[in-house]
Amino acid sequence: MLKLPIYLDHNSTTPMDPRVLEAMIPYFTENFGNAASRNHSFGWHAEEAVDYAREQIAQLIGADPKEIIFTSGATEGDNLGIKGVYEMYASKGNHIITCTTEHKAVLDTCKHLEKLGAEVTYLEVQPDGLIDLKELEAAMRPTTILVAIMYANNEIGVVQPVKEIGAIAKKHGALFFTDAVQAVGKIPVDVIADGIDIMAFTAHKMYGPKGVGALYVRRKNPRVKVTAQMDGGGHERGMRSGTLNVPGIVGFGKAAEIARTDMAADTERISKLRDKLENALKQIDETYVNGNPAHRLPHVSNISFKYVEGEGLMMGFNKDIALSSGSACTSASLEPSYVLKALGLGDDLAHSSLRFGLGRYTTEEQIDFTIKAVSETVLKLREMSPLWEMFKEGVDIDAIQWAHH
Amino acid sequence: MAYSDKVIDHYSNPKNVGTLDKASKSVGTGLVGAPECGDVMRLQIQVDEATGIITDAKFKTFGCGSAIASSSLATEWLKGKSVDEAVKIDNMDLVEELNLPPVKIHCSVLAEDAIKSAINDYRVKNGLAELVFEERIH
Repeated sequence: MLKLPIYLDHNSTTPMDPRVLEAMIPYFTENFGNAASRNHSFGWHAEEAVDYAREQIAQLIGADPKEIIFTSGATEGDNLGIKGVYEMYASKGNHIITCTTEHKAVLDTCKHLEKLGAEVTYLEVQPDGLIDLKELEAAMRPTTILVAIMYANNEIGVVQPVKEIGAIAKKHGALFFTDAVQAVGKIPVDVIADGIDIMAFTAHKMYGPKGVGALYVRRKNPRVKVTAQMDGGGHERGMRSGTLNVPGIVGFGKAAEIARTDMAADTERISKLRDKLENALKQIDETYVNGNPAHRLPHVSNISFKYVEGEGLMMGFNKDIALSSGSACTSASLEPSYVLKALGLGDDLAHSSLRFGLGRYTTEEQIDFTIKAVSETVLKLREMSPLWEMFKEGVDIDAIQWAHH
Repeated sequence: MAYSDKVIDHYSNPKNVGTLDKASKSVGTGLVGAPECGDVMRLQIQVDEATGIITDAKFKTFGCGSAIASSSLATEWLKGKSVDEAVKIDNMDLVEELNLPPVKIHCSVLAEDAIKSAINDYRVKNGLAELVFEERIH
């Protein structure tokens, strides 16, 4: 039986895996100790659990457990990683390179640092969403201390050439930070092979609990340090103070372990469903898939349905299907997605986009239902769209003098 | 953000979707908004030249549910009104009737603009002076 509503917004957050919840429960009640309590068994149990989770998480990304710094999530990780490097390496330089399609947690952190004297280069992306490595190379300066490029994009799912980016940063003596929140647990991420120095990620995007994340900080070749952004008890090797969220961390560890063992099977199944959905929706006229189709996360598809507006489109089925749109109307700002605009899409196509994010529990039945509901709504709204009528009559819509407001 | 029942009803069962002959002298057409802004409304009125009464109204809208509902409701209100009465339709009446939240008020403004633009198109076609409306900030 098809259970409604269907959740296709897994880039926003994921449901917690029941195996994760099961692992967490004892750490709320019986094993409630503070992992920093060194003098009694409650503290020892908690610390042991945290250390085990650290190993589980490190294993998923090919790191050493000592390189995992627990945080409250990826926004904190982005802030700590970037601001922490800026402060720690101030004597080396003040130049940071990032790109225009980064998450706001990265972009706004960079803007904040600009006010403090940082120089920031925002690389444009190519129409497929990937950065141009030659442009990155050309942007490197002797004062460049950090290259901050995301692993995979949250709106279109494109996966950046991380290995090459890491190599360029290393060649020029800069550190490489990556926001890997969408990638870790979904595709193989290996901090050694990828040449990553600092990496932010979070539990709730990989079927773990909300409110817990990690910052990978490399300890060898080179040994990296970030300046703490909160003063306190000096937890996490002095880089992040605050009592550890033990149940959350235990859950994060379990989620990482499951992601590692189930990744291959999950990816195979989910990418098949994604391709089925995408291929079916592409049959609709004037439909465009956004982002490089080859270098892309296996569970994401971002599609623009020209001549219909995204929020209006979602209204046709949002009782039954949960997903996101790049339309302005979904935000208070009335600006359409800056990520889609950065690809060079006109505002009209950005307004017409939907992001489908499939997940571990997505079924074929749900995908069939979604194909039908979305297709029907697109056709219905096009019958109602003056732009569709003009397009059908051969009117050049771009040539019309629209009154902008 | 939840939609009001009235918005959902107009979205699900829009009234008067369609196209009138824009070349006809008795038809006024208003096309407002811009694709870049995520809203385009086309509203048309058919006027009985003898009585000045709007006998039919049609719309097509590219936009969110509130924009579709605003234009659908506007066509309902236009039918049976004289052109002079129709000019007086105020966007806040649409807001009230549809229970639009503040962030969606611009949808109702657009519908009001579409009505005025259609009326002016009709007036110009019939040798009447264009009405001048106060500039509004959307």
